[in-house]
Amino acid sequence: MSKSTRLTAWRNSVYHAWVMSAPEVIRRHTRATRLLHWVNALCVFLVLMSGLQIFNADPLLYWGQHGASPDRALLAVGAHGFPHWATLPSWQALAAGRRWHFFFAWMLVANSALYLLFSLISGHVRRDLLPSPTEIAPAHLLHDIWNHMRLRFPTGQAAKRYNVLQKLAYVGVIFVLAPLILATGLTMSPGLDAAFPWLVHLFGGRPSARTIHFTAAMLVAAFIAVHLLMVILAGPWNEVRSMITGRYVVPAGKTTR
Amino acid sequence: MTAQVWTRRQMLLRGSAAFGGLLLAGCDRLSQSPSFQRVLGSAEHLTYRAQRMLIGQSLAHEFTEADLSPIFRSNGTRDPNNEIYNRLRANQFEDWRLRVDGLVGRPLELSLAALRAMPARTQITRHDCVEGWSAIGKWTGVPLGSVLNMAQPIAEARFIVLYCADELERNDGGYYESIDLIDAFHPQTLLAYALNDKPLPMPNGAPLRLRVERQLGYKHAKYLMRIEAVARLDAIGRGKGGYWEDRGYEWYAGI
Repeated sequence: MSKSTRLTAWRNSVYHAWVMSAPEVIRRHTRATRLLHWVNALCVFLVLMSGLQIFNADPLLYWGQHGASPDRALLAVGAHGFPHWATLPSWQALAAGRRWHFFFAWMLVANSALYLLFSLISGHVRRDLLPSPTEIAPAHLLHDIWNHMRLRFPTGQAAKRYNVLQKLAYVGVIFVLAPLILATGLTMSPGLDAAFPWLVHLFGGRPSARTIHFTAAMLVAAFIAVHLLMVILAGPWNEVRSMITGRYVVPAGKTTR
Repeated sequence: MTAQVWTRRQMLLRGSAAFGGLLLAGCDRLSQSPSFQRVLGSAEHLTYRAQRMLIGQSLAHEFTEADLSPIFRSNGTRDPNNEIYNRLRANQFEDWRLRVDGLVGRPLELSLAALRAMPARTQITRHDCVEGWSAIGKWTGVPLGSVLNMAQPIAEARFIVLYCADELERNDGGYYESIDLIDAFHPQTLLAYALNDKPLPMPNGAPLRLRVERQLGYKHAKYLMRIEAVARLDAIGRGKGGYWEDRGYEWYAGI
């Protein structure tokens, strides 16, 4: 072997090693997902906080067809409800809270409808969100839970798609909590109750619907807390950038590190 | 390396906290901006149109006696306690008259006895307060539509305004409310003089209150004194169609 051939071979191997260690960049989220995500984030924050303002007007939860101060409450949240920093506006203002709530509730419904339409047609739901039968096998689930508890997140190929706990959380919020919140929200409307009495029967009364609406909203708040924590733990720059520009650097696996 | 990552994380956390703080302060400022509040208020028109389209002439659900709230709570004014009201109440409202006027062909003055002599309707319905609570009560009264048919509103009439004997806050204008003709002629819209088979108690609006079942509690004006048919609402009170509407609440309270 001549000297120049050996040099070329050495060059190639160095180049190969460099390519292998260079981070792989993929396009993680489509333009529609990214846009709808941020509109959704804005709307959800505003409806949650204005919702707490509305809740504070009577910070008691009831179950059944009637529920008012002479009746026994299921739960009381403090004497005055949630603290001012959690409500919109930050001072007690039911009328203003309702305006924020209903305006952004309409916007949230429109945004969610676009999201569903897009995600069902594009195959996003089937391809990326619905867990496969092997993923929800108990052994796999337990394995994933154990990895999450040790804060070990997927790398390499596995990091390119959502893991099963992530999928279940997203599916739970999109297909269980969101429809439940919308339906119970509409059940609190005396106007719509006249048109659709089955709504009231379904939830066992307006006070029950209000309790479910509140509980489901709190679960969404818990989801957001975990979602943000996961973004921070998984690498906030990379994760946030992937939702703004779509660029996502695939975290390298242990073998290549 | 690790130190740098944590610095970045801290930066991100602090940055998000600062951003969140700014966002909230911004929302509070927007809550005080009348023009932005008008933008938010535009959702009410959408709600009104959507609900009118969906609910038509449907009736509010009527419950049975078994569903009644053990105690039907009151809210807002519980005792108007002013000279005129106290005098009327002193002799069981015998001198009380409901005036029906405005854009009507035949203005009326109706006594409580005259109202009781008219064909009555009884309904057990749920009362939903804007604050979030609900109570179920049994109401007896005259359909507002029957009274209006007697008074014969003219073609220009578009709203029914209800004036009350109470002032929720001293020298802040009397309580009043208004509804459109769709709700005014709805079969369950009553001028109610009885609650749970007893004459309407004072905290619930004696001697007469409105029931407009498909809307929230603040529309159900109590201590009624006068009903006026009008073409527009902007010249009454502060112009928004009701005491609470003048203070930022929706005129259409269907949700």
